[in-house]
Amino acid sequence: MGDTVTTPSGARTLLLNMGPQHPSTHGVLRLVLELDGETVVRATPDIGYLHTGIEKSMEDKTYHQAITLTDRIDYLCPMTNNLCFVLAAEKLLGIEPPPRAQFLRVALNELTRIQSHLVWLGTHAIDIGAMSVFLYCFREREQILNIFEMAAGQRMMTTYFRVGGLSMEPPLGFVERIRKFLSCFPDRIDEYEELLTRNRIWMARTKGVGFLSAEDALDFGVSGPSLRASGVDWDLRRDHPYSSYEKFSFNVPVSTEGDVYARYILRVAEMRESIKIVQQALDGLPEGPIKATAPGVVLPDREKMKTEMEALIYHFKIITEGYRVPPGEVYQAVESPRGEMGYYMVSDGTSHPYRVKVRSPSFANLQALPALAEGRLVADLIACIGSIDIVLGEIDR
Amino acid sequence: MIPPEVETTPDVAALKEFDPQAITAAKFDRGELTLWIEAPRIVPACEFLKVKRQYRYMSCLTAVDWYPAEPRFEVVYHLYAHAHHQRLRLKAKLYGENPAIASVTPVWRAANWFEREVFDLFGIRFEGHPNLTRILMPDDWQGHPLRKDYPVTGYR
Repeated sequence: MGDTVTTPSGARTLLLNMGPQHPSTHGVLRLVLELDGETVVRATPDIGYLHTGIEKSMEDKTYHQAITLTDRIDYLCPMTNNLCFVLAAEKLLGIEPPPRAQFLRVALNELTRIQSHLVWLGTHAIDIGAMSVFLYCFREREQILNIFEMAAGQRMMTTYFRVGGLSMEPPLGFVERIRKFLSCFPDRIDEYEELLTRNRIWMARTKGVGFLSAEDALDFGVSGPSLRASGVDWDLRRDHPYSSYEKFSFNVPVSTEGDVYARYILRVAEMRESIKIVQQALDGLPEGPIKATAPGVVLPDREKMKTEMEALIYHFKIITEGYRVPPGEVYQAVESPRGEMGYYMVSDGTSHPYRVKVRSPSFANLQALPALAEGRLVADLIACIGSIDIVLGEIDR
Repeated sequence: MIPPEVETTPDVAALKEFDPQAITAAKFDRGELTLWIEAPRIVPACEFLKVKRQYRYMSCLTAVDWYPAEPRFEVVYHLYAHAHHQRLRLKAKLYGENPAIASVTPVWRAANWFEREVFDLFGIRFEGHPNLTRILMPDDWQGHPLRKDYPVTGYR
């Protein structure tokens, strides 16, 4: 258990260690709680248990190799990480991927958002005590992972995007598979909402809990749905469009309630918006190549390698020594399911990134947790952790 | 050196008026504005940008090690203003021997963990930080892994 501490005011408080192996900390988050009875006086997050030195490893890999590391940063949104990394590298290189690749990237990114929100919804509900939602959410998530497997050959560590486009053309039947999923998914969201949105226990556990003001949210660097739930209307997809997001029409749900319930409502609304975006991406999917014409950077087609000398040389050079990236620095941010995912990439003109800083949304969002939870009950703390949707792999990198 | 096309941007003009010595260099590259700020003047400059130029959101704080060049370290601040949808990158150069810079935690609370991370992985001290301890590495770790003279493989 813990130690008792006497605070300056004379109240006796209990120090309790929560985590790192605790199911409701969503990974390996350790919280040092100072409790007065059941009230949280102070909550101090302790992170770093999943630190794997990804930023350091990237410096030792070519740009092409480093894409594989980006999946491992956040296991719930591999495609978003892939996208952010390749966009940054493309910005340094001055390469524009063809429209078909951009549309497929958008579609896959929105599917990633849906599946990430599904995992969040399931685990958040299970934390608060609603068991069955988890099972329904994972049922649909499975279908999305199957779609990923179809395109990339992998369910979670997809590494599907490449600098200049995609690794390969998705197989036949891919678009139909997504359409089939989209046709039934809105009803499934209704199912989750039936279980939770007007559920009196759910509302009692989440309404008015974990309030975060817009002022505090900005100051703590909170982004994504957690920021929008506090009333700041900011979405990178709309405000700084990347990968042709400017061609899509969608709403950005915003709420001013700033509590756990508002964050729940927003994420559910975001899933519905994501369906619309995927729908548009499939309807308007352009024909054409999926890789940019950039010999020496983009891997040549297999067919060409069998018939053309240059293609074979380029392939060999990209694989063995990589391609040189012009010196410079870029900061590329994308809207991940959790908020502003940013890659700050510095190139010194060699084939290895000189420095990659991954600005992970959860890292900043978790900093706001004490502000959400202090002064409330331990049970509310669990709801707060769930509502900011953290992924520890991304925090510790 | 401040290039003429950068000189007239509202942020640079305002900051120059506030503190003529703050900006030592600037560049506009790939659509991104970078300002090099004199390291001892970083906190007033940030405070000014937050209050007068609406940079209320610090999205990222990190460092780059240019070993063996001197000044060795660059502390990099990425700011964002929701009011006018602008990003701004500030940089402060630090010498390799005993690198230290004032903390911007009084300006943005978000800086707290970011500065701890830079302290942990680069060994740059942030003066005035409320709790400057290691955040990702174990407390008893020796060395700072993201420094360029720290090996990628092997144990220390």
